Amino acid sequence: MSERPQTHGQPHPGPKQYIAIASVLTAITIVEVAVYYIEALKPALVPILLLLSSVKFALVVMFYMHLKFDHGLFSALFVGGLVLAISVVVALMALFQAFLR
Amino acid sequence: MQQAGALGHTPEVEHTTTGLNHRKLLMWVFLASDCLFFGTLIATYLLYRGKSTVGPYPHEVFDIPLTSYSAFLLLMSSLTMVLALAAVQRGNAKWGRIWLLATALLGCHFLVNQGWEFSHFVTEGLTPRVNLFGATFFTLTGFHGAHVTLGVFWLTAVVVISLLRPATMSAKNSLNVELVGLYWHFVDIVWIIIFTVVYLLQPAPPLHG
Amino acid sequence: MAMITDVLRRPTGYSGVWGWVTTVDHKRIGVLYGVTAFIFFLVGGIEALLLRLQLAGPDGTVLTAAAYNQIMTMHGTTMIFLVVMPLSAAFFNVVIPLMIGARDVAFPRLNAFSYWVFLTGALLLHMSFLVGGPPDAGWFGYANLTEKPFSESGIDFWVLGLQVLGISSMAAAFNFLVTIINMRAPGMSLMRMPLFVWMTMITSFLLVTAFPVLTVGMMLLLFDRLFGTHFYAPAGGGDPVLWQQYFWLFGHPEVYILILPAMGIVSEVLPTFSRKPLFGYRVVVYSGIVIGFLGWMVWSHHMFTVGLGAVVNAVFASTTFLIAVPTGVKIFNWIATLWGGAIQLKAPLYFALGFIAMFIIGGLSGVMHASVPVDTQHQDTYFVVAHFHYVLFGGSIFGLFAGIYYWFPKVTGRLLHDGIGKLHFWLMLLGFNLTFGPMHFLGVAGMPRRIYTYPEEMGWAFWNLVETFGAFMIAASMLVFLFNFFRSLRQGEEAGNDPWDARTLEWSIPSPPPIYNFATIPTVHSRDPWWEEKEKRRGAPVPVAGGSNGEPHQDEGHGIHMPSPSYWPIVVALGLGVMAGGLLVFASVNLISGLIVTLGGGLVAIIGIFGWSLEPASAGPEHG
Repeated sequence: MSERPQTHGQPHPGPKQYIAIASVLTAITIVEVAVYYIEALKPALVPILLLLSSVKFALVVMFYMHLKFDHGLFSALFVGGLVLAISVVVALMALFQAFLR
Repeated sequence: MQQAGALGHTPEVEHTTTGLNHRKLLMWVFLASDCLFFGTLIATYLLYRGKSTVGPYPHEVFDIPLTSYSAFLLLMSSLTMVLALAAVQRGNAKWGRIWLLATALLGCHFLVNQGWEFSHFVTEGLTPRVNLFGATFFTLTGFHGAHVTLGVFWLTAVVVISLLRPATMSAKNSLNVELVGLYWHFVDIVWIIIFTVVYLLQPAPPLHG
Repeated sequence: MAMITDVLRRPTGYSGVWGWVTTVDHKRIGVLYGVTAFIFFLVGGIEALLLRLQLAGPDGTVLTAAAYNQIMTMHGTTMIFLVVMPLSAAFFNVVIPLMIGARDVAFPRLNAFSYWVFLTGALLLHMSFLVGGPPDAGWFGYANLTEKPFSESGIDFWVLGLQVLGISSMAAAFNFLVTIINMRAPGMSLMRMPLFVWMTMITSFLLVTAFPVLTVGMMLLLFDRLFGTHFYAPAGGGDPVLWQQYFWLFGHPEVYILILPAMGIVSEVLPTFSRKPLFGYRVVVYSGIVIGFLGWMVWSHHMFTVGLGAVVNAVFASTTFLIAVPTGVKIFNWIATLWGGAIQLKAPLYFALGFIAMFIIGGLSGVMHASVPVDTQHQDTYFVVAHFHYVLFGGSIFGLFAGIYYWFPKVTGRLLHDGIGKLHFWLMLLGFNLTFGPMHFLGVAGMPRRIYTYPEEMGWAFWNLVETFGAFMIAASMLVFLFNFFRSLRQGEEAGNDPWDARTLEWSIPSPPPIYNFATIPTVHSRDPWWEEKEKRRGAPVPVAGGSNGEPHQDEGHGIHMPSPSYWPIVVALGLGVMAGGLLVFASVNLISGLIVTLGGGLVAIIGIFGWSLEPASAGPEHG
């Protein structure tokens, strides 16, 4: 896997795409805050907000940090660390029964 | 073959097994490792979430509009960061510097907000000592703030060094900007999580009785 | 900033003390690691002897209860963080670049930095002996023993010392990951890497992922102690079990950080001395990966008696049983490597065989502890002490000694005396089993760990006396080793390039290797490249390909540029040490003076980082 030379499958996006992504990020943030204030959405607050922030997270990592366009090894390393970190958080929360609160 | 994080040094053409740059690989391994660092801090916050026995509680002190503004500032700083990299990769060092400084200033603004928030909390009676919420909140956001501070220093250093040695901001050496960029975006995505998990998903207020 | 670099002239020489202080050569850094770690091995050993003297008979009076706790804590902390880890790091440094056909690591100055930070952390930890007494809460520092009301300033030294050591380990692990991924010689695919390189890579992955958890855990403890938070203090709603979770989340991967390098060494020694390729290379590699992976999923088996509940215990018991599978696979592969081989019984092989035998015993008692009811019986008894000494001493230390005997000629150019080496081995093996074998009996008889004395009526006196006798036998074996070491340095047999007729690339170059290692970077065609090369030469004499005895060849029109020595790594390490020291001043004197020292240290570190980044990696004429 790591033997192949560095390939740039697609060219990096340009400033226009960057600004478009920033607009999307801002829009999602506004939606997040709005959701927080809407009383009717209270029961579904956790899944909605986790989903929205995951989208923001993914957008920054894939486009601003260029993981979508870069060598697969970088993605493997980062996603590996991320998955391990999430597993640790979830496992600890399960051990301390923090989901019940 | 051997350029060890030398910011000011024109790298020789590297020959690596994977064809990837040593320093960039190092940065990604570091970020993977930092995931575990912040993961553990966030876990600490979540494990003690809603377990404070005395106030102040989150819903009493949080100022969501202010924090939303801070979150917006960091998102914008990520935009200016990536624009800086794009400019440098095009060979435009002048705009590279401008966008980098803009990023650093947005970071400073974020830190000022955080400082204001912290001091406001302390006057409200929330300190790391007073309850678990205070302890976990200040630790988590404090370490994030420390990462932002380090990032601001790094951004400034890249700009200053590029003025002393223009070659460090040539298109060929855009890696110098790319690396600080990766770090900066990482700090941003950590805030994306903190903003949601800490600020927007507050624990239910304790029942009095 | 340019002025700073101009004022301090770049060091250039390789000779004298300054040559060592400013070195960025991986071989020299490896020697520094090795010698430092061995000195701490002697320190930790003397601590162990004190403990054994105290326990030799009932109602011992050599140490007070408080002193016993302190010496016990320092013994554990020293042996793990200042002996096994840095001794492994010594082998990473000396061997990895040579094995993968590289001229140095990816970041030579970061490598020097790792060593100096390691030394700083070690000294910081030991400074506690001078100020207020060493830590006394055991090597795992369970909360709330470590909280302010229950322990003195020693814990501050322990926390900050370990934090600094963590920085060192992480920096080294980052460096070796990049080196192994990125600096292999042409043709050395992942599945052609020597086993030791594989195990180093897995160890490094474990280090960079597990250490941050401990860093956070210790930071919270420090906040409890310095700022009065209640992370682990039940009085303020905190939970002491959280510390245990964080500590073992780090601590179990750490167990594999300690043993995998030794497994790698043994996997190099066995094939060489049985004149056979490693049996089932791929399976051994995959087992290592699975061990590293499972190492992350078993941590709560250290906490079976905490009361986490039947489901949690069942889950962690299952994962712990699972980990025996890849470990067993490795042991069978090692034995199968020996099977039918033309075995040459030299000292390195003795130690490797000792490793296998002792590790099997330690592994078996480990699997016993995967069973919750058994573990509940053994918890906190000497049976557990026996178990982890069989894996850490019988495993790691025997494996590391195999490495010392194996690579000593490569580093020094002279062989350690084989006969004295075997005497060392038999004394150490016998002493080791006399010391730790009876601990199984005492543990089952109910003798608890960490007690500083026991009354005669318990009936533990006989085996305790035997253990103390064994401990002194181990000490005697170390004297034999030291004699052998110093004797061989001066009058050992000349090693030549390849004294063992070995398989991997480091034996294709002179001993000790020239500063640039390989005059021409070799091209790798198989898993045992140097054996293959020699096989080819046997047919028709082939001119030097991998190695060279002479001057460096002109390499693609350039001379070989090696990175120049540098002052900056030690400056940054010093700054870090002073910063940590500032926090200690804050803990024991007051805020202002602590702040001043911390900021001063920070300033030194920042100057160091600037000097570092503005200085070119090599002071060649055109690369300035």
